[in-house]
Amino acid sequence: MVDQSIAGPVKVMANASEGDRSGRARIVILLLCLGLAAAVLLSLTSGASDASAINVLRDWLFGAIPSDAALNGRDSLIIYDIRLPRIILGMLVGAALAVSGAVMQGLFRNPLADPGLIGVSAGSSLGAVAVIVLGATVLAPVTALFGTLALPLAAFFGGLATTLVLYQVATRRGQTSVATMLLAGIALAALAMALTGILIFMADDRQLRDLTFWQLGSLGGATWQKIGSVGPIIILALAAMPFLARGLNALALGEATAGHLGIPIQRLKYTAIIGVSAAVGASVAVSGGIGFVGIVVPHLLRLLIGPDNRYLLPASALLGASLLLLGDAVARTIVAPAELPIGIVTAIAGAPFFLWILLRKRGVVDL
Amino acid sequence: MRFFPNLPAMRRSMAAPILGLSLAFATLQPAGAAEGVSVFSNPSKIAAIGGSITEIVYALGEEKHLVARDSTSNYPKAALALPDVGYMRALSPEGVLSVNPTGILALQGSGPKEAVDVLKKTSIPFIEVPEHFSHEGILEKVRIVGKALGVDAKAEVLAKELDAKLTSAEKQTASIKERKRILFVLSIQGGKILAAGSETAADGMVRLAGGVNAVEGFSGYKQMSDEAIITARPDVILMMSNAGPPVLDDELFGNPSVASTPAGTARKLIRIDGSYLLGFGPRTAEAIHDLAVSLYGAEVTD
Repeated sequence: MVDQSIAGPVKVMANASEGDRSGRARIVILLLCLGLAAAVLLSLTSGASDASAINVLRDWLFGAIPSDAALNGRDSLIIYDIRLPRIILGMLVGAALAVSGAVMQGLFRNPLADPGLIGVSAGSSLGAVAVIVLGATVLAPVTALFGTLALPLAAFFGGLATTLVLYQVATRRGQTSVATMLLAGIALAALAMALTGILIFMADDRQLRDLTFWQLGSLGGATWQKIGSVGPIIILALAAMPFLARGLNALALGEATAGHLGIPIQRLKYTAIIGVSAAVGASVAVSGGIGFVGIVVPHLLRLLIGPDNRYLLPASALLGASLLLLGDAVARTIVAPAELPIGIVTAIAGAPFFLWILLRKRGVVDL
Repeated sequence: MRFFPNLPAMRRSMAAPILGLSLAFATLQPAGAAEGVSVFSNPSKIAAIGGSITEIVYALGEEKHLVARDSTSNYPKAALALPDVGYMRALSPEGVLSVNPTGILALQGSGPKEAVDVLKKTSIPFIEVPEHFSHEGILEKVRIVGKALGVDAKAEVLAKELDAKLTSAEKQTASIKERKRILFVLSIQGGKILAAGSETAADGMVRLAGGVNAVEGFSGYKQMSDEAIITARPDVILMMSNAGPPVLDDELFGNPSVASTPAGTARKLIRIDGSYLLGFGPRTAEAIHDLAVSLYGAEVTD
């Protein structure tokens, strides 16, 4: 969906510390790769049950030992059908939320921007709530066709529809006004929430309980089917985002300047918006409301490696994926055999840490 | 579909196969496990999901088989010692499997669907017990649980006993002419009354205890407007005594619309433990009796 021309012939303004900044960024990215590998291992080997990932792997490599085949059957189900899909989904969602946050902040040149701001999340929620409440009546044909995937798909299309309307409203003569988009996003989010409110009013108590848990966010519903349905969307969106890095760097200098540098501003904007709404819509669809990742991860990394999007975007993907995996590992084990919603874990762990970082720095957080 | 007049056709054509791929995956439904099991082949380690299910297992004297419960199973006290696998509607499949059950006995409405699907993929039998908020619904639960555990005769004895108890509890209010109108309030959030309509456990209990649900025209739990509360004219407000932060009488009767109803002027509020009142299990006959006495006092005939 994106070609290299966005990357253009632009070099970001060089400054004295550019050299050691990029060197430092490379080291940080390498460490984040190791961190993600560690998080995957930890997630694979931790859980409510004593299922041993090592044994399952051994059986897979050398064949099962007949004496404990029954137990291994249970263990391999836990590893393949419960832990592994959760790990993959957690990585995809974590990376999608963090990178989307970084891209939005670059696009709006505002450190507080996140996908929730332009109404994508609200649109996705509306789609999901519609399936939960109307799934048995008005939308019965849809749920019959897609089964448990009706909800993720509806959320995805809800997010996408919101974005398309937003884009139409904010675009005049081929130019998209970021300020208009922000205001229209607020209006659309309010409208989506009002429609969601109508659905919530129509819901019966069983549906209300489903809604409550969906809104808290969880990776608990991870299945291979879901990964198959939303995975391609998220991976495609993530793959498109690195091509935006140089354009976003130039955009930090202001739209006019970036235009004079030969950046195709308009194309940059719609690629970013479509990519973010696809990634976030798909993420909200499968995991509900997991907040906080899109703002905290890019900020933390800017403090570590600076604002250069060429390093910030891949680093955000790695850290977002790792943090969500760790959060999910805590959610799955801390109250075992029950489970906490991960949205609670990310907020409880993330918020104080974020405040501490800000207090330590006390400086101006640059973009 | 000209959303992007400046989008080259090539990119638009890219989107179609991607979407197609996603939709193709979407239609792949997991193959269902063997359904229709009604007896556990090995009932030695059972995970009970749903308060009334756990109570019935205890009432049948089969609690030695239990290895786990859910968070709604808070009676009898002994059940609290069992590992808690979480709220019945937010089960964690690995959590349930971690107690190594040989069978899962779950009340209708247990979920989420994905968790139940994964559990059904294992070789562990999964039996779902239907829920109806009626006299007959309780007996049906007892028989299904008994059958699952292979103690049909015991279950029949318990069902007959509960049948007799329920019948006499319902008879207590049979001769009463003046039916009381009851408003079941689930919660008060910011002055908004969340009340029980038809097709709820509260509605079923009100009818069994010889009362009339003051709410008409909706099913499930809904917020009621001030005017609707005044129109409902409840004689009595009924609440749970153990759900969340206690609602003070003053907060309830301080609500102008509630204050203007017969229940408000007489300050008539009944509080009963939630799982006791709404569980539809072995203790329901006693709960009906308690509710009837609170409503009609001396008019209740034994």
